[in-house]
Amino acid sequence: MAEIIKVGMAELKVSQHPSILTTLGLGSCIGIALYDRIKKNIGMAHIMLPSSSIATASSNRAKFADTGIHDLIEEMRRCGSDIRSIVAKIAGGAQMFAFATQNESMKIGQRNAEATRAILADFRIPIIAEDTGGNYGRTIELSSEDGSLKVKTIGFGIKYL
Amino acid sequence: MADNISGLNNFHLDVLREIGNIGAGNAATALAKLLDKRIEMRVPQIRIMRFSEVSDVLGGAETPVIGILLQLQGDISGSMMFILDYPSSRMLVNILMGKPLETDLEYDEMTCSVLTEIGNILAGSYLSALSNLTNLMIIPDVPALAIDMAGAILSVPAIEFGKTSDTVLYIENVFTDGCDSVIGDLFLVPDDLSYGKLLEALGVV
Repeated sequence: MAEIIKVGMAELKVSQHPSILTTLGLGSCIGIALYDRIKKNIGMAHIMLPSSSIATASSNRAKFADTGIHDLIEEMRRCGSDIRSIVAKIAGGAQMFAFATQNESMKIGQRNAEATRAILADFRIPIIAEDTGGNYGRTIELSSEDGSLKVKTIGFGIKYL
Repeated sequence: MADNISGLNNFHLDVLREIGNIGAGNAATALAKLLDKRIEMRVPQIRIMRFSEVSDVLGGAETPVIGILLQLQGDISGSMMFILDYPSSRMLVNILMGKPLETDLEYDEMTCSVLTEIGNILAGSYLSALSNLTNLMIIPDVPALAIDMAGAILSVPAIEFGKTSDTVLYIENVFTDGCDSVIGDLFLVPDDLSYGKLLEALGVV
């Protein structure tokens, strides 16, 4: 049985084969799962906000899509991964509450997903599967065995990406 | 004024706890009247957490809960959330609908509307006490309801905090039925600048 490592909100972790990375209860946040097809290293980030442009100097970099993905890739490289063999799967970005008055801050899930796609594209990391949007929470589990991503929900079943 | 969490000292925390006491006291009275039932509350807790700890409040990130969220506007901003589990939602709705307590509950439009209204009444009475105390204008938005994983629901106010801070501050009140059975959790989550304003309004700077 591979070790299961938990990634909390605004955290990122990288581990080597055999291992499983999981993040629980993604709402509007995005879980970014990276898989190195050659070395079987895996990485996961749980980002909360699209851009670090609003950050103060001391901010936790893992909470933003841009700095979080950058640092996650760096960490994968430190573990010996070649960026060209890394593929991505993403999940989350839901809108948990539907409000009568739609203000910008409520669309944060959608903006997180858009930012995540754009940043991964900048690094030329292909997104080979995604499960984003909707109005429900997700728990994800990434296996180093084959890079499969298990997505669990309440009421919307379990699927594998 | 301390406009970030690390600047808060024990005295500030006591004042915030007292805010929770007064607000929730009013809310508990409202709930007791509504249900015609004895309602007690525990000592309010000020939870200051890193984001990675948020999802573990309420017994695990994947615990299914019902959350009613109201966004706050006016002199302070932030949100207020009432969170309850399936058994207590069943009890509350059955009492209000005049049905036997163990009647199964379908989470249809009617049920959700009843639960949303309970959240609305609790938040409204909490906030009016808070508003009277501080002389601040606090306007709650129309409430919204979600039934999902606790982590996903608690992350909504946390994200607002994330824009300015690396930690989040929740003023938590737990209501019980007097026999130690939890009815629900009421959270006031003033945003990063607003708890400073609350303290200032009370003359604590």
